[in-house]
Parts: sequence; structure tokens; C-alpha cells
Amino acid sequence: MTVKTPVPAAPVKSRGIEAARARTALWLLLPTLIAIALVAGYPLYRTIYFSLFEANLTSPDQRTFIGLGNFWFTTEDGVALGFLQDPKWWGAVKNTLLFTVVSVFLETVFGMIIALVVNSAFRGRGFLRTAMLVPWAIPTVVSAQMWAYLYNDSFGLIGRGLLGGQAVLANTDSAIWALIAVDVWKTTSFMALLILAGLQSLPSDMYEAADMDGASKWTQFWRLTLPLLRPALLVALVFRSLDALRVFDVMSVMLGNVNAASTSMTGYARQALIDNQLLGLGSAVSVAVFVIIMVIVVMYVTAFRVKFD
Amino acid sequence: MNLKNTNPTLYYLQRAGFYLLVLVIGVYLLAPFFWAVLTSLRSPGDLFLTPLEFIGARTTFSNYADVFANPNFQRGLIYSLIVAVGSVAISLLLGAFSAYALGRFRFSGKSIVMYVILAVSVFPQIAVLSGLYTLINNLGLYNNPLGLILSYLIFTIPFTVWVLTSFVRDIPGELEEAALVDGASPLQTLFLVLFPVMMPALVTTGLLAFINAWNEYLFALTFTSTNRTVPVVIANYSGATQFDQPWGQIMAASIVVTVPLIILVLVFQRNIVSGLTAGAVKG
Repeated sequence: MTVKTPVPAAPVKSRGIEAARARTALWLLLPTLIAIALVAGYPLYRTIYFSLFEANLTSPDQRTFIGLGNFWFTTEDGVALGFLQDPKWWGAVKNTLLFTVVSVFLETVFGMIIALVVNSAFRGRGFLRTAMLVPWAIPTVVSAQMWAYLYNDSFGLIGRGLLGGQAVLANTDSAIWALIAVDVWKTTSFMALLILAGLQSLPSDMYEAADMDGASKWTQFWRLTLPLLRPALLVALVFRSLDALRVFDVMSVMLGNVNAASTSMTGYARQALIDNQLLGLGSAVSVAVFVIIMVIVVMYVTAFRVKFD
Repeated sequence: MNLKNTNPTLYYLQRAGFYLLVLVIGVYLLAPFFWAVLTSLRSPGDLFLTPLEFIGARTTFSNYADVFANPNFQRGLIYSLIVAVGSVAISLLLGAFSAYALGRFRFSGKSIVMYVILAVSVFPQIAVLSGLYTLINNLGLYNNPLGLILSYLIFTIPFTVWVLTSFVRDIPGELEEAALVDGASPLQTLFLVLFPVMMPALVTTGLLAFINAWNEYLFALTFTSTNRTVPVVIANYSGATQFDQPWGQIMAASIVVTVPLIILVLVFQRNIVSGLTAGAVKG
């Protein structure tokens, strides 16, 4: 049985142009869409797929379907195999959240201070603006090595000098604070740059009016600057939080991959996947990291009604 | 201004406090980098000196000589360059096409495409790590710079599309309309009319994407074994003869990969801030 589709009437000329434009746009977008499907869509689908299997990284074809067993599974002997039953995973989650909240908070405060300083007129402002770009331009791995050296207990300026030879990175509880300090140093500049750009878009006549009304600088900051800066600040916060939640480099370089697994969610996932070759379990952890981050994005966007465009 | 006349003491105290703050910020931002540069210029034996003696110790370029003589580092530099340039070139080309479509054309589903691209840019890389690993293995690209070029597209493409789109939107439409009236095809319009206007945007976006690709660590560590990029080489740097960490050489290697970036960033200072804000802050 065949159904005849009605022949469409000849389109009006202007609609024809519109349709042609839309077709051109599609052709222009096609390479990008294919590339994104290849490097993001398909791998994400594969990760989710593998998370439901027990499989080894070296032989992905020999896999057995175990449903959500990678997430939660207790054998008959009472051995807990799901990663959600692993205290080390929850330690990594806790450390990552602590890292994110504290470092993003400090970056915002320091970034705001630096941006306000650089936004006011003084001798040497150009130099400070240039200096601001330095930590931002340094590769994360390089800054991690620089700080690992500063923290070194026999050679480091901080480790040997300030801390009197304490190996601050050897202990996970103190290491997380040392790592926060590194991240704050590295990315405060980025925050300051974004805040500075926001500050420069604020109308100056408003401040003149506020001065006339006798509002103190402090009042002006809380009543004018901060509310007006809110949109720029929120987007910067979202981007920084996302970066901090998926952190890996700093931990991996400064603590080594074994200890990175207990300080960052990504480190835990990578250890399961690559070091332990557990394709299924590693994929399941990756899915969990993905879900956690997406939930946080959605929470941010809905709570603050962040607009991206 | 008034304070200077009414209460000069308070005024100068405030000024002094302000410059103290400036000094603290400057030292905070630059001291770790300064110390790394200094260490790269000291011989390994001087590492034991006290900070003041260390500053005054003899300057030597032996660490740099050692670093450049290190075959792993040489290969790392070459591979980093290949991978970063490759992924940026592909992203800029695809990004320019897409930005033209998204910034200039009206069609249904446009906002969906924009949101998909934005969503990809917030992807945690770990979410695709196992999928990409098996894909790269199946394509036979493990330990091959092509595998890294392919995988870096996941963050360079969304970034270039997003930033270039906001630039394209700001280009006045008359230019393109004139070209269309003259009978230019969309591709001709893009390459002959828009590309020259977009040049500063392409340079800025390309530079920022290059920095991201140059710095990438997780994929580079996972998808290569011997053909390492420079960040992985630096993270696992070990000297030829020493038992301990060769800090002088590590710092020298760090400076070598950082200084070109810092110079580029300083040269393109203004563009970078506008590029960052176009990419991140909107609204």
C-alpha cells in the first residue's frame, strides 16, 4: 500500500529565498555538527553504554551486561563492588566540592579586589594590568610544577621556609588546601579580567550622581557596582565552578595519579578507567561526574536565571 | 580630591594604603613566576642555599642547555605545536562557517544548535574519555598526534563557534548584502568579504584556542604513550642522571613553554580581554 504525498505548491518567491538561505545555513553548519557528533556525541553515548557493562579496557569486545552493577552491586559474599559503595569515591566528591566552593569563593573575592584596584587611576596601573595576565597565561601543568617546587620540603620557598620542612602535599587533608592556593593563584586573574571588563561597561555618570548625593564609596559598591555587575559575575562564576568541578591537572601533577584519585572526581574516574583498566566501572564513574556537573549547571542557571546570549 | 585639602594626613594615609595594596597584589601575582625563572637560572647545587644566597648566586644557562638537549622535550615541543596548530586550524575553519550561519542566517532550530554547542563546551572531558579512548584505538590513532587533534576539537570547536558568532553578529550587514546583490555565492561572500573583516577576531579566537590546546593535559596523558605533548613531558620530567627531581631543569622547561604564551598574550592584550568576554560574559 502506497500513500501518495501531495505535490507541494510552488513556493512564493520570497519564501524561496528564505528556504534557500536556511539550506545554505545548514550546509555551513554541517561540518561542525558532524565534528561535534564524532568527538562529543558518539563518545558520550559510548561512555554511557559501557557504564552498563563489565569490561576491560584492553578487550572492550568481551563485555558482559550488568545493568547498574558498576554503580551499586553487592556479591553474595557481601563484597561491595559498585563505586557508589566505595568510601574513596565519596572522599573524592567531598574534596572536589570543597575545592570548588572555597577556590571559586576566594577567586571571586580576590578577583573583585584586583579588578577594583586596576579600574581606578594610579601610577603603575598599566604594569599591574599586564602582571594580571601572567598567571592566567601560564599552563596549568607548569603552575602545578612551580608550586610543587615551592611546597617542596627540602628546597621550596614555602615548604622549607614558611612551613619549616613540612611535606604539605604528603597528607591529603592539608594537601587540598595547598591545591586550593595554587588554583586561586592561577585563576584569580581570569576572574579579575572578567570582572574588570564588567566594571568598564558601567556608566560613569551614575557614580558622579552618587558622589553628588554624598554616597560613600562603600555604599556605592554595594548599591551600584555589585547589582550592576551581577550578570557578568554570575556567568564568570558558572564557568569557574565548572572548571573547578572537572579539575584534574593540578591534582595529577602535584599529588600523582594515585592520590589524585582521592582528591578529585575526575582523578578517581581516570584511575578506574586507565590505571585499573576497568572500562565499565570507569565509564560509570564518568557518567556520575557528568550527571553531577550537569545538575549543578542546571541549578545555577535556574536559580540565578543566568542568560548566555 | 577634597580630602587632600581638608585632611591631608588621612589623604596620604589612604594613598599609602592603596599603594601598599597594589604592591601586595603585584608581588602575589608575579612572585611564584619570578622564583621559577630564578631557579631555572641557578645550578642544581645552589638549591640548598638560603633564599638570599640563592638570589645572589651565579647565573647559569646550563638548565636550558640540558632541557633543549633532552630528546623527550624536543619531541614534546614538536608534537605540542603540531597538535595545537592542527586542532586550531580545523576549528577556525569550521567555526567560521558556523559563525557565518549562526550570526547571519535565520532558520528554524538555530537556538537548538546554539544550546547544543554551549552544552558541549561545559562537558567535563572525563565524560567522553572512555568513548574517545575506544574510538581512537579503533581508528588506530593511539599515540598519534592526529588522535589528539581529533579529541581537542571537543573544546576548541564550541569555543571558536561561540566567540566567532558573537563577532560576526557585530559586523554590519551591508557588506554582505552588497556581495549578494553582486551575485556572490555564500562561500565567496564568507571568504572574500567576511574573512578579511573577521581577521582580528580569527586571530584572537585562534590564539585563545591555541592556548587551551597547548595546555591540555588529560587527553594528552591518556591518548599517547611515547609521543607526549609538552605539558605531559613537564609533568613527568626526570633528569638523565639525577636521582632527585631536577628542579632547575623542570623550571627551565616550564619557562620555555610559558614565555612564548606570555609574549603572545602581552602583544594581544586588548584583543584577549574582548575575546574572553565575548566567549564567557554575555548579558
